[in-house]
Amino acid sequence: MRLMAQKAIEVILARQLASYLGLPVFIVDPDGTLLFYNDPAEAILGERFAETGELPMAAWSTRFRPTDVDGSPLPPEALPLVIALQERRPAHRDLFIEGLDGQRRHIEVTAFPLIGQAGRYLGGVAIFWELSG
Amino acid sequence: MRVTIWGSRGSIAAPGPETLRYGGNTACVSVTGADATLLVLDAGTGIRRLGASLSRIPPRIDVMLTHLHLDHILGLGFFPPLRTPGCAVHVWGPASATLDLPARLGRYLSPPLFPVFLRDLECDLTLHEVPCPPIRVGEFTIGADLICHPDPTVGYRVASPDGVLAYLTDHEPALGVPDFPASPEWTSGYAIAANADLLIHDAQYDDAEYAVRQGWGHSSLQHALAFAQLAKARHLVPFHLDPAHADDELDRRLRRLIDDRRPDFAVMAGYEGREFVVSQGTVTTNG
Repeated sequence: MRLMAQKAIEVILARQLASYLGLPVFIVDPDGTLLFYNDPAEAILGERFAETGELPMAAWSTRFRPTDVDGSPLPPEALPLVIALQERRPAHRDLFIEGLDGQRRHIEVTAFPLIGQAGRYLGGVAIFWELSG
Repeated sequence: MRVTIWGSRGSIAAPGPETLRYGGNTACVSVTGADATLLVLDAGTGIRRLGASLSRIPPRIDVMLTHLHLDHILGLGFFPPLRTPGCAVHVWGPASATLDLPARLGRYLSPPLFPVFLRDLECDLTLHEVPCPPIRVGEFTIGADLICHPDPTVGYRVASPDGVLAYLTDHEPALGVPDFPASPEWTSGYAIAANADLLIHDAQYDDAEYAVRQGWGHSSLQHALAFAQLAKARHLVPFHLDPAHADDELDRRLRRLIDDRRPDFAVMAGYEGREFVVSQGTVTTNG
């Protein structure tokens, strides 16, 4: 028996929680495909999720032009969410991104893998906040 | 596939003159195949009457627990097959992130809550954790998936050559979804219920009660109807009835809902003793 396509309950609940939080939240699946980001994240990323839709990791990890504090470009593998996905551990750092509105922002990111019941690996979640206005 | 309700009450047994027609026993539903395969969905207090109804103890019984809240396991110790040497009883249920199924069930089936230890039951007992790959028992193929309810909880999808039964007794798919229902992909329980011939679904509250009990893990009758529409279920049986709701009140609520919403599928009361026969995608009932 093959069940119809539906997200795992842990992912559904993560999205529902994120949609109620005032903290920016970004949720991806095990392949790194962006599944959802909430309203507060839209304010930093500069684009509504409804317009962005699901994005593969290769797209979102470069789309926001991440750099370190010295302005050097950060490769995807240096991003906390990519570390959380690839190494299945929490990761944290500060970095600069360029929102799709063209604004450069200094943000801090904490990411963790989403491990569900029975150890099922379901993706990852990043929370982030702006350090300077 | 014959589906029989032995208990449809939620939270706590509610016997009394005001619940005579719907019954006061907590969740238990039996599913019998054309080949006499017997599945038992949940082991609330209704399972005692199911046990008493068996003319003989079959060689194998599968008890599918949605979760381990007391109203779904309280009858386990009073189900004769568990005390019958040689009867193969397979109990399926969810583990938690820290305790396996035997440890969780053992908390109830041990003193001081119950005089007999799980390990001392006389049947040939096998415990299985769900969710797991599809389960094949006789003519049935059973799928289990985690759903929205406090503590690990699954819904079951029972498929037979006759049709599909979906059983989502404790389920709050509307939690945190202001515009419920959302898309199928983002709706808890959709994979279990999609295109089911018969959907047994939580409907403990009405909208006003739900408004002050969000997060308790249950649905309103209105949510159950909206969920059934989303899933394109063909027949809906509201279930996990609130212990405070008397027979006449349940009748009124159901009638009002059908009159107001006019669903394009059948909504049938889930009272104790009601049987549904699913055959070639059609559902007939004795009530």
